[in-house]
Amino acid sequence: MSPTAAVPVPITVSVNGRPHRHQVEPRLLLVQYLRDVLGLTGTNVGCDTSSCGSCTVHLDGDAVKSCTVLAVQAAGGRVTTIEGLSAGGDLHPVQEAFHRHHGLQCGFCTPGMVMAAVALLERHPQPEPDEVRRALKGNLCRCTGYHNIVEAVVAAGRLGDR
Amino acid sequence: MIPAPFEYRRAGSVDEAVRLLAEHGDDARLLAGGHSLLPALRLRQVAPAVLVDVGRLSELAYVRDRGDHLAVGALIRHCDLERSAAVAAQAPLVGHAAGLVGDPQVRNRGTLGGSLAHADPAADLAVAVVALGATLVARGPAGDREIAAADFFVDRHRSALAGDEMLTEVRLPKAAGVPWAYQRVSRRAQDWATVAVAAVGAMSGSEQVTVALAGMGPVPLRASAVEQALAAGEPVAGAAAAADEGTAPRSDVLAGAGYRRHLARVLVRRTLESLAEPPNLGSTAT
Repeated sequence: MSPTAAVPVPITVSVNGRPHRHQVEPRLLLVQYLRDVLGLTGTNVGCDTSSCGSCTVHLDGDAVKSCTVLAVQAAGGRVTTIEGLSAGGDLHPVQEAFHRHHGLQCGFCTPGMVMAAVALLERHPQPEPDEVRRALKGNLCRCTGYHNIVEAVVAAGRLGDR
Repeated sequence: MIPAPFEYRRAGSVDEAVRLLAEHGDDARLLAGGHSLLPALRLRQVAPAVLVDVGRLSELAYVRDRGDHLAVGALIRHCDLERSAAVAAQAPLVGHAAGLVGDPQVRNRGTLGGSLAHADPAADLAVAVVALGATLVARGPAGDREIAAADFFVDRHRSALAGDEMLTEVRLPKAAGVPWAYQRVSRRAQDWATVAVAAVGAMSGSEQVTVALAGMGPVPLRASAVEQALAAGEPVAGAAAAADEGTAPRSDVLAGAGYRRHLARVLVRRTLESLAEPPNLGSTAT
């Protein structure tokens, strides 16, 4: 049980298309790696108990809560954060839809909401409002701005139809 | 909170994982999807010295048709179970239960074996495998052994697995076309069930209807009194009234024991009514 037993582990992770190599402590969470080691602070830590979804990123294409993944578990994987969504400063269509439909109030939950919504739309390109609500069940908005968030995601799906 | 320090070992095979468990004894824990273990580590409810990561063992992420049963690898994720056509056809209760776990992000990481080995008495997948009479397979230093689902859950968060054993496979008896129903009450959308009921079997058939309860004691339970009443020809209302017989629900932040008993009786009645209504495609309430 001695703390000295924790040997740092070398990891290679692709984050937003760029490879990174670091020695990390095994107990380092993926969200801490992204924020504190790589400086990607767009991913927020809300509840720290796997409940709120603010820390949602994509790992190998799936939406995951990065507060409940160890950095070592992401070794060899492909991570996309909110910073990696848009190319060349343009907003991603889901970000654009959140902007247009006022899908955010304080904005704290927004990066996680957007990442969860993007993952949903990749699987179900044109979800109904009810499907959006179910798919965003792991993301909490303490401003309770759910109505416009759902409208934004539905609108982003219809945008993809054009 | 930040977890206490631990040593990290990634197992390259099931046998290596078992070897590492044998080597480190009670100081070691298996890490699969981590969606039960990591929250517990962060709350410092557990502080193992060694984590043996089996999450990348793709050899255990399968669904195979073996004639009379579906063999499901322990490391299949909830989202894969939820989308598996074979599971939907042959063990739809399990696919349905997998789709109720946590939220999409949790289901993208959490695994069937991890959920069962965590042995939470309110887990949807645990009560589903008990209702189906599944068989679990564990690998230890001496090889494989089979454990009936009903014997696997020993106490709250304690399974029949020895310290050097790993759950590798879950064998689901094929139940294509067999009526099933699932009813669940939880306080919040992502929560564990306060009480859940799984029922399998035709109300009009000669085969016994099985009914299992989650949240009604330290382990998922068969509702034996209900099953016996049904076998004796008791109507649904009478059988459901016996739902909490022989159970030992506790009072906690989610519900008092009395409310849990009430929920069990109501939810058992609803599942049995649902079984009796053709086409019995299953039902749920969350």
